[in-house]
Amino acid sequence: MAVLPTSAFADLASRPGQRTWLHAIVRWLFITTSLGFLAAVLLAPLATVFVMALGRGISAYLDNFRDPYTLAAIRLTLLTAAVVVPINTVFGLAASWAIAKFEFRGKSMLITLIDLPLAVSPVIAGLLFVLLFGLQGWFGLWLQQHDISIVFALPGIMLATMFVTFPYVARELIPLMEQLGNDEEEAAITLGAGGWLTFFRVTLPKVRWGLVYGMVLCNSRAMGEFGAVSVVSGHVRGLTNTMPLHIEILYNEYNFLGAFAVASLLTLLAAVTLVVKTLIERTGYRRH
Amino acid sequence: MSLRQPSVLPGFGLTFGFTTLFLSIIVLLPLAALVLRATSMHWGDFWSTVLSARALGSYRLSFGASLLAASINLVFGFIIAWTLVRYEFPGRKLIDALIDMPFALPTAVSGIALTSVFAQNGWIGQYLEPFGIKVAYTWLGVTLALTLISMPFAVRAVQPALIEVQRDLEDAAETLGAGRLYTFRRIILPTIVPALLTGFTLAFARAVGEYGSVIFISGNLPMKTEITPLLIVIHLEQFDYQGAAALGLVMLVISFVMLLTINLLQAWGRRDQVRATR
Repeated sequence: MAVLPTSAFADLASRPGQRTWLHAIVRWLFITTSLGFLAAVLLAPLATVFVMALGRGISAYLDNFRDPYTLAAIRLTLLTAAVVVPINTVFGLAASWAIAKFEFRGKSMLITLIDLPLAVSPVIAGLLFVLLFGLQGWFGLWLQQHDISIVFALPGIMLATMFVTFPYVARELIPLMEQLGNDEEEAAITLGAGGWLTFFRVTLPKVRWGLVYGMVLCNSRAMGEFGAVSVVSGHVRGLTNTMPLHIEILYNEYNFLGAFAVASLLTLLAAVTLVVKTLIERTGYRRH
Repeated sequence: MSLRQPSVLPGFGLTFGFTTLFLSIIVLLPLAALVLRATSMHWGDFWSTVLSARALGSYRLSFGASLLAASINLVFGFIIAWTLVRYEFPGRKLIDALIDMPFALPTAVSGIALTSVFAQNGWIGQYLEPFGIKVAYTWLGVTLALTLISMPFAVRAVQPALIEVQRDLEDAAETLGAGRLYTFRRIILPTIVPALLTGFTLAFARAVGEYGSVIFISGNLPMKTEITPLLIVIHLEQFDYQGAAALGLVMLVISFVMLLTINLLQAWGRRDQVRATR
């Protein structure tokens, strides 16, 4: 994120020609346009979530969270994130170790393939797993014979979420590890430390902020994913309904209070994500 | 170069093996299933699905609205990035952090929130209504949702490039008598063109695939406000897996072309930077 040192602004202010009326007008125009655009497109929708959710008072707001289906949706979302984030974190660590610590042929190809899910529409991500595990899919008949359900059930939701959040940890760690170099690891190994010891005592502390950063973004996307999960979930209330899907159901039933109440939780999650992200950037960690 | 250069560090086999195995299971195998499913169709069936009037209508909306949204973000993304980089004002850091909100905000939340703000009786919609401007449930609403969700890409692509602009070159130009606009056109613009184009393409690529925020605000009328991802979902709901796979393949091919373009643009930007620092 672009954070300029304050001295840069002092430098700007002292520049000749910065105090003319033309400059003042241009400056005012730019700031007003930016703030106006953001207010209409971003701030108004954010505010409306809370205004709609709290429209009938705090107690009506809290009542929404007594609904068993809403609670089930919250539980499912937490469960999905609790499974998906650790798996993608282990993957991200393994991928970044292989890619950043070694030189091998086809490396840039591998990086492109890892980033692939970011370029795929979420709907297509869901579609992929329906084509594999759905009734008419490759493994559909076999799964049905063995009474295993993946699509329209929990495993499908997790697979689709895993697909869309696949690159998040890896793409933070790969550039970070490449930038930090191998010197300390090589020293540790040369002095007789084992591979695992080197990883846990040397590498992991070095990349900890990048790791947390990637995990926070991964978690945010995992909890908020709509399109991919919508395709594979089957929308069974209380069973395969995550929070974003539950918002859709409530909204389509004209239960706006309920829909915005659930939405307010996810908005708070997004706010927490941004705060953690900003705090990590304050430590000097920069996105690449 | 041999397959792998020697290193004293251990664990290449384990991590490389795990990475490729996991990548194959979660990403490559499913993508192969889609490609095989779509290509195993009869040519006639494939083309009649992909070029049906309804599909063509959905491409027109998806690509048209995405292009428009990316263009809006090209302009406002630049203005916001410029404001954040060049001006100091109260709340600048907060605004800077808020730019990433559309990344963090679940798309379903953006969708219902935008719809309620821009509906006929909404905060902003009620002031547009007297002018006969309807946003919610029209293509304008689709464009608006796509603008919101792709906005951070445009801002974040331009911001670092603007910081890189060499102020001494600007000063030199102005000392030599160049006007502000001339300096902008000849000094600033050339340095940030690759970044502007990258931001445009990233925003467009994200917008084309978007689903969650659009379906709430679009009204979803066939041929009018139906985006391509929604048409895929409709095919799936009718258990027409082939049709869904065919449309999916079309979108996938387009995404890959976009990805390639982005990589080329970024390579171009890096080359320019190297030249500038020499």
